[in-house]
Amino acid sequence: MKVGIPEPLRGYTKSLVVEATGNTVGALLDDLDRRFPGIRFRIADEQGQLRRHLRIFINQKRARSLDTRLAPDDEVQILQALSGG
Amino acid sequence: MAKENAQRTGEALDPGRHARVQHQPGLALLVGTRKGAWILRPDEARAQWRTEGPLFLGNVIHHALLDPRDGRTLLFAARAGHLGPTVFRSTDGGCSFREAAKPPAFRKAQAGERARSVEQVFWLTAGHPSEADVWYAGSSPEGLFRSEDGGKSWDGVDGWNQHPSYWDWAETPGETNSPDGSPLHSIRIDPRDPAHMYVATSGAGVFESLDQGRDWRPLNQGVEANFLPDPYPEIGQDTHCLELHPLAPDQLWQQNHCGIYRLERPAERWRRVGENMPREIGDIGFPIGLHPRDTNTAWVFPMDGTDVWPRCSPDGRPAVYRTRDGGESWERLDRGLPREQAWLTVKRQCMAVDSREPVGVYFGTTNGQVWASADGGESWRCIAPHLPHVFSVEAVEFRA
Repeated sequence: MKVGIPEPLRGYTKSLVVEATGNTVGALLDDLDRRFPGIRFRIADEQGQLRRHLRIFINQKRARSLDTRLAPDDEVQILQALSGG
Repeated sequence: MAKENAQRTGEALDPGRHARVQHQPGLALLVGTRKGAWILRPDEARAQWRTEGPLFLGNVIHHALLDPRDGRTLLFAARAGHLGPTVFRSTDGGCSFREAAKPPAFRKAQAGERARSVEQVFWLTAGHPSEADVWYAGSSPEGLFRSEDGGKSWDGVDGWNQHPSYWDWAETPGETNSPDGSPLHSIRIDPRDPAHMYVATSGAGVFESLDQGRDWRPLNQGVEANFLPDPYPEIGQDTHCLELHPLAPDQLWQQNHCGIYRLERPAERWRRVGENMPREIGDIGFPIGLHPRDTNTAWVFPMDGTDVWPRCSPDGRPAVYRTRDGGESWERLDRGLPREQAWLTVKRQCMAVDSREPVGVYFGTTNGQVWASADGGESWRCIAPHLPHVFSVEAVEFRA
């Protein structure tokens, strides 16, 4: 499936849209990490919690857990919010 | 050591379009800031300084350190914006970097365990000279991590992170945290024995290990914690900075929330040498710097700890104070520093001392200035006036 990558993570993927697979968000992150080593820890911490300013949308609906199910033709967008100065 | 995370292969990193660093032997200051790292290099007289960087503009760099064992390897304790903590590593003096393949991280909580996640890698210490490629990192919340491959991959030191008393020693995440989190810092290794270590935390004080981190015990006798019901508890002290003198490793100094203390091992009870500071200045502050050759000389940067704790120069008149007799007396050093209306704050990693003769002393401020003295603190000049909030200053010697 297609996965949209936010600009701050482009250093890992070299592209803002990549291909990855997985039947859950967690499995998708595992596959992304195999393809782009290190990217998973930037998106979720060691306890499996999405980092505070990271958002994952599946077909434009927000996923709040790594257990969220995915279908092969889903479109996934990873976005990063900004706060602070 | 726990093996929690899958090994990752570090990718080459772009340290940013402004980063034009060339490996250059000699003295330099590594400056970590809230928005990147800079390298300051002096002329022969240490009078003029050139600013190189920023490296990793926009990333929080809590600590930037050169490996004293090879004079070429740089490690940065970083927080990549909102993308969490990591370590950046260079083996060519800062020309190129890679991210740690496996950054410091707690192990995944088991059922019934309280979960912890590293908020920031806060402190770095190169390992004992006999242990090439060993590094230690301290994190917030209070985690201790070890690398045996030069900083590429990190594992938790279970003797600390899983210690039966850990939750008595650690601040509770989200409840009583120090303003910038609850860091484990000041990782000090006895140059005579790599198994003999000290660490400090802001919520529990100083701890000692005799077995390379497998077990720990508090070392806080005589140190005040005037914010607790028992002002001299076994644990609970707020150590801001702990220093071990490399030439006299039984000599420990600490700048604490409540004062300046000194301890001569094997004694267990600290002595408050800050009581010899002028009453109107007090002995509150964050950093302490030690002379590399004279074991009786140290520098501190006093801050206002009255009322609601402004944590800036008392009366807006900044000064470094120096002792040359082991803390029995202190002298004010403010030549070249602003005379008034200068409300400087210097954090715990922000004072450094070089190895030159006469000795150079440096400090960085939260308003982005780096100040230097090439004469042991007698006179000062601002060598970088407009950096971001400074988190760390280290004086290092790059080797060819």
